Amino acid sequence: MMIAKGPYVPVPMRIEKVTVETEDRSIKTFDLSFIHKEDERAFRYLPGQFAQLSVFGKGEAPFGIASSPTRAGLLQFTISRAGLLTSALHQMEHGDLVGIRGPLGSSFPLQEMEGRDLLVIGGGFAFTTLRSLINYVLERDNRSRFGKLTVVYGARTPGMLLYKGELEQWRQRDDPKLHVTVDAANGDWKGRVGVVPDVVGDVAAAADDAYAVVCGPPAMTRYTLLVLERLHFPPERVVLSLEMKMKCGIGMCGRCNIGSSYVCREGPAFTLAELRRLPPEY
Amino acid sequence: MRAVLLAKDQMSVLLEALLQDHEVFAPVNDDGVIAFRQVNSSQQVLLDYHNSTLPPKGLFFPQTEALFVYSLERGQLALEEPQPASRAQVLFGVRPCDARSFTFLDGVFAGANQCDGCYLARRENCTVVGLSCTMPKATCFCTSVGGGPLSATGSDVLVTDLGTDYLVEVVTDKGALLMESVGGCRKADEDSVRRRREAQASAEAAFRGAIRTEGMERRLQEMWDDPFWDRLHEKCIGCGVCTYLCPTCHCFDIVDEGSEQRGRRLKLWDSCMFPLFTQHASGHNPRPTGKERWRQRLMHKFRYWAESHGEAGCVGCGRCVVNCPVNLDIRQVLNEIESLSKRVQ
Repeated sequence: MMIAKGPYVPVPMRIEKVTVETEDRSIKTFDLSFIHKEDERAFRYLPGQFAQLSVFGKGEAPFGIASSPTRAGLLQFTISRAGLLTSALHQMEHGDLVGIRGPLGSSFPLQEMEGRDLLVIGGGFAFTTLRSLINYVLERDNRSRFGKLTVVYGARTPGMLLYKGELEQWRQRDDPKLHVTVDAANGDWKGRVGVVPDVVGDVAAAADDAYAVVCGPPAMTRYTLLVLERLHFPPERVVLSLEMKMKCGIGMCGRCNIGSSYVCREGPAFTLAELRRLPPEY
Repeated sequence: MRAVLLAKDQMSVLLEALLQDHEVFAPVNDDGVIAFRQVNSSQQVLLDYHNSTLPPKGLFFPQTEALFVYSLERGQLALEEPQPASRAQVLFGVRPCDARSFTFLDGVFAGANQCDGCYLARRENCTVVGLSCTMPKATCFCTSVGGGPLSATGSDVLVTDLGTDYLVEVVTDKGALLMESVGGCRKADEDSVRRRREAQASAEAAFRGAIRTEGMERRLQEMWDDPFWDRLHEKCIGCGVCTYLCPTCHCFDIVDEGSEQRGRRLKLWDSCMFPLFTQHASGHNPRPTGKERWRQRLMHKFRYWAESHGEAGCVGCGRCVVNCPVNLDIRQVLNEIESLSKRVQ
């Protein structure tokens, strides 16, 4: 095989494991490993970044990276079955080959977040890059660089929660301070019931020096931002991650722009202050 | 700048000389459509034309381009990138508006931070010979957007028709290298400088109805929510011809053609005027109607481009004006925006 050079040429990765995350089987996590060591060494990423995943014959689509860079050699993507490419991907299994291009885009502003308390707020399957961030902060070598870590995570029902095993581990070690909620309980659910913004209002302390990171569906995000404003989080310390249709991932193909910013290049992570300077077109 | 004069009947000699060592792409009349095609004889080349139907950008940014060929067999993935052209190329007879558009495309595809190697290789392999406009069309407006009928921006060599002779000006080192191999020219004299000035003055005088684009970036920054956008798009049928024929439009799609086992990944021209361009897999679309798409097209050219690159992303070739099936004229649109902002103030 020739060594590929163009910006559009992916590197091959093998599917090592497929985990069905949700009871409706619509969301799966794919564990990928690099075929070539040099590709693994070159792929240096931080939480919040994304990659273009190729299913050959179907094309390419962008997904936030769900694993933490602190786990060497492993890339994870948690992917909802929605269109042509993701439907094909959901049919794939252990041993199958896919392509990866990246890492792409901006990470969460980790340097600015250092030394501060973190309030991580997620809803639905937008929790993926937040999970990367949480695991990154919890890593032994990184933990002391950040303050208190509080996580609010909600799903429609208990069966739609992602990373159930990990949530249990976090709950047992009591770091992060974890608040899991569902819109509607069923079965033997003993946890919270209620929507994410309400839970944030209940459990979050005043902003002080803290950073808030919010990823979720539009309605959740909108009401959560109101709660954060009430808690006096300045827009410079509220971070969001945007989704857009993308093709190139490197600011050339022209479709993911909001004003003169390309979400694939300047984003996907933006502070609320940055977003307020852009036209409301997303 | 080195300049020489070439007698009109010697142009075919120059072209034949270039054909010796280069692949030459030049305007030809292809069954009524004027387009840049590879030529193998000076006879095919059309030099008394207004402008080509299709812009020449396809030589550097092809309408369809294979990014790589893939094959996935017995657990092995092989990816093969296309080989760049081996022979040096000359793009001959490009109008100054289109030559200037190359410098805009360079900003997108060969920027400081991110570069498309295939695009850059094609640019570097090609010498651009511009052809000044001595008779602009009624739809031309390059002088309103920072260009000019005798502008050398984007050309390596600029050829200007002075009546009996062509004035051949060397613009870049690459242009100088190209002209080294060409004989039969005499040194340009004082008189040719005067004749060039006259040609420029008469060409510039031929432009009608200048549009005021000064300060357009700032005006558009204040117009996001303006009711102007509600009506503007109403007669647009979303055909996308304005973007396909635009020399600065650079949007593209990436799709696979083939099976799971073997095929090609293609990069194809796309258009912001199409609804699927921005539609998410979930069905959500940040630009759901013609209103948002027209606003995007205009804002991209005259606001976002200026914010990122310091000048508007339009070269004033007028192709979108000529070819729009419902006569939406970008010049009128810009003038309306101009008068709208006057009313507000």
